[in-house]
Amino acid sequence: MRHILSILVENEAGALSRVAGLFSARGYNIESLTVAPTEDATMSRMTIVTTGSDEIVEQITKQLNKLVDVVKVVDLSEGRHIERELMLVKVRAAGKDREEMKRTADIFRGRIIDVTDKSYTIELTGTTDKLDAFLEALDKGAILETVRTGVSGIGRGEWVLKA
Amino acid sequence: MELKLPPLAETGETLTGAEIAIRCLQEEGVEFVFGYPGGAVLFIYDALFKQKKVKHILVRHEQGALHAADGYARATGRPGVALVTSGPGVTNAVTGIATAYMDSIPMVVITGQVPTRAIGEDAFQECDTVGITRPCVKHNFLVKDVNELAITIKKAFHIATTGRPGPVLVDIPKDVSQQSARFHYPEKIHLRSYSPVVKGHGGQIKKAMQLLLEAKRPMIYVGGGAILGEASHEVTELVRLLDFPCTNTLMGLGAFPASDKRFVGMLGMHGTVEANMAMQNCDVLLAVGARFDDRVIGNPAHFAAGNASRKIVHIDVDPSSISKRVRVDVPIVGHVKDVLAELLALLKAGKDKPDAAALASWWSQIAAWRAKDCLKYDRTSNIIKPQFVIEKLWEVTKGDAYVTSDVGQHQMWAAQFYRFEKPRRWINSGGLGTMGVGLPYAMGVKLAFPKAEVACVTGESSVQMCIQELSTCKQYHLPVKVVNLNNRYMGMVRQWQEFFHGNRYSESYMDALPDFVKLAEAYGHVGMRVEKPGDVEGALREAFALKDRLVFLDIITDQTENVFPMVPGGKGISELILSEDL
Ligand SMILES: Cc1ncc(C[n+]2csc(CCOP(=O)(O)OP(=O)(O)O)c2C)c(N)n1
Ligand SMILES: [Mg+2]
Repeated sequence: MRHILSILVENEAGALSRVAGLFSARGYNIESLTVAPTEDATMSRMTIVTTGSDEIVEQITKQLNKLVDVVKVVDLSEGRHIERELMLVKVRAAGKDREEMKRTADIFRGRIIDVTDKSYTIELTGTTDKLDAFLEALDKGAILETVRTGVSGIGRGEWVLKA
Repeated sequence: MELKLPPLAETGETLTGAEIAIRCLQEEGVEFVFGYPGGAVLFIYDALFKQKKVKHILVRHEQGALHAADGYARATGRPGVALVTSGPGVTNAVTGIATAYMDSIPMVVITGQVPTRAIGEDAFQECDTVGITRPCVKHNFLVKDVNELAITIKKAFHIATTGRPGPVLVDIPKDVSQQSARFHYPEKIHLRSYSPVVKGHGGQIKKAMQLLLEAKRPMIYVGGGAILGEASHEVTELVRLLDFPCTNTLMGLGAFPASDKRFVGMLGMHGTVEANMAMQNCDVLLAVGARFDDRVIGNPAHFAAGNASRKIVHIDVDPSSISKRVRVDVPIVGHVKDVLAELLALLKAGKDKPDAAALASWWSQIAAWRAKDCLKYDRTSNIIKPQFVIEKLWEVTKGDAYVTSDVGQHQMWAAQFYRFEKPRRWINSGGLGTMGVGLPYAMGVKLAFPKAEVACVTGESSVQMCIQELSTCKQYHLPVKVVNLNNRYMGMVRQWQEFFHGNRYSESYMDALPDFVKLAEAYGHVGMRVEKPGDVEGALREAFALKDRLVFLDIITDQTENVFPMVPGGKGISELILSEDL
C-alpha cells in the first residue's frame, strides 16, 4: 500500500540525513521525498511517499517518531487529503507536432513556460497519477527531459498539522 | 521606561568552552570520565587538569573507554561518560558506542573535532563524527557555537537517560573549546520534539489484568528493559502474587531472582527447555521490557503459527519495540516500573484470582519439561568442564558478585550457571555481541563499586581484544578477577562449525596463545593456571582472597564442550537440540 507521510522536523543540520538514513538502514522504501521550511522558520516539513504493508508503515511511523529531531508525523493517507506534485517536461515540438503538443498540454492544464523553435517546456501540477497520465499521452520519443518534485500533501478541511 | 534584564545565559561567569564542558559534567554529578587525549581535545584535558571533582580514567584504547563507561552505566544505572579525540579517537570508539546503543545504555560521549573553519577540508584527524555515529547513537550534536555548548550537553544527558536510554554524542570543534561564553547550566530542559511517553494507558492495563486472570497457561517474559527501568521489584512481586512461571532474557537476568522456584531459567537460543516450551505453549504471555528478538524467539513465523491463539501483552517504554517482530494483542507503552505498579494495585484491589486448577496442571507440565534437566553436563570428567567453573564461581562468591562477560560459549555458560539474584549484576553485550567488552566492563563496575567482588568471565579469544586494559587496571588499582575459560578455540564459532559446517574448523583455532600467567605478571598482576577440576575451587578462593590484586585465572577447559540446549538459527524456539541428542 502507498502511504503519504507528513513530517515536521526541527530545522537542524542533519535532520534530513537522519530521516533518509532511517529509511535506508531499515530497508524501507522511499518513492519520493520533499522538504522545505515552513511558516515557522525553526521547522521544516517533509512529505515522504512510501509503500509497505500496514505493519511496516506502522514501524516506519514509530521509528520516525523516535528520531529526536522529528516533531510530528502523520500518515495523510489515513484521512482525506490533497496531494500535488509539480513536473517540468521538455518536449520536442517541431513542425506539425507543435500544435498537437500544445493541445495535449491544454487538456492537462499544463502551461508552456519556455519555447524554442524545436521545443516546449511544459509545467504541470497535479496528483502523481495525473502527471503519469500526461507522460503516457505523449509520444515517448517526444519527451526530452522530465523533472518532478515528488509529492507534497496536506490534509483536507480545517485540520492543520502543528507541532 | 523599560527595565531590561539580561537573558539568563549572560548571568553566569565567563568560561572557555573546555571549562564549560567540564563544569557541565560536574553539574551532572559525573564521577568518572573514561578517555584518551589528542589534539582536538587538548583544551578540554587542560580544563580537566585544573579541577578535582571529575576523575579521569586513562584507558589504553578508546574502545576500552567506551566499554568501561558502558559497564559503569550498566552497573549503576547512571550515565557513563567518555571523552575521545577527533578522527581515530572517534573511529576507535565506534564499537563501544554501537555496543551501548544496541543494549540501550545511557551514555554521553564527548568527542573533539577539528576547528570549525577546517571542517570539510579533510583536515588532519578529521572525520565526519556525526555522520559516522548517526546510526548507532540515540542522538548526536555538532556544537558550532560556544554559547550553545552548555545547553547541548544538558540535552545530551536528558536524552541519554530518559525514555528508552541510549548513547548521545556531543562533537566539540577545537576552536569552540577555546572560545569563551557565559556559563549557565539549565536545571530543566524541554524539547518539543522529544517527550517519551511514561504513563501507561489505564484501559490497556485493565485489559492486561483481565487476560492474566483468565489465563490457563500463563507466562511472564522479562527483558533488559525491566533492569534499565528499575522494575525488578515490581516484576518479582507480580510473579509471586500470581504464582506464574517467569523467564528472563540474556539481558534480563537478575530482574527476577534465579533462586525462586517460579524462575524457569533463561529463554532463547541457549535457553532452557522449560523456558522455551512454556514460551511456545502458553496461552497468555506478558512481555516486560523485552523485544522478541531473533536470539530470543527464533523464527517469528514459527512462534506465531505454532500457537495462534496465544494472547500477548507487551509493556515497553519504546513504542517501536511493540509489534515489531511479533503481533501483540495488548500493547502498553510506558515506564515498565509504573505500569507494573498500576497492574499490581489493580490486582490487589480486585477479588479475582488466577484459575488455580489450570495453573496447577500448567505447573505440572512445566515440571515435566524441567525434568529433562537440560543443563546437565558430565561431572565426572577429569578435564575441567566450563560449566563446573561457573558453578564454583557462584559458590565462592556466594552468588553475589558482579559478573561481566565477553562473547562466546563462556558467556552462555555464565548466563546459564551463575544464578543471578539481583538486577545489574550481570554485565554483558547482548545486542551487538561485542568480543572484548568483558575486561573494560569489569573496570567500570569496579570503579563504581570498589568493595564489591567483580569477576570477568571470558575466553582466550575475547580477552585478547581489549587485553591492553590490564595496564589501566594496574594504574587505578582495580583488583578484578579474570576467569579465562581457555578452550584454545573460538568456541562458539567452533560449535557452529561442528553442527552446521561438517566439523570444518575454519580459522577458529586460537594458535600461538600468549602465556596468560606471564602476561598478567608482565602487567603487574597475579596470574594462575588451573588444569585440574580438583584445583578450580581452591584457585578461585585464593584469587578472591587476594583482595587488592587483579588475578588472572587461566583455566584450561574442555576443548570439545558445547553449549546446550541450542536452537539453530532460523528455527522455532521449541526446536531445541539437547546434549543427549548428539
Ligand atoms: C568483535 C567480534 N568479532 C567476532 C565475533 C564473532 N564471535 C562470536 S563468539 C566468537 C568466539 C569467541 O571465542 P572465545 O572468546 O574464546 O570464547 P569461547 O566461545 O571459546 O568461550 C567469535 C569470533 C564477535 N562476537 N565479536
Ligand atoms: Mg575460547
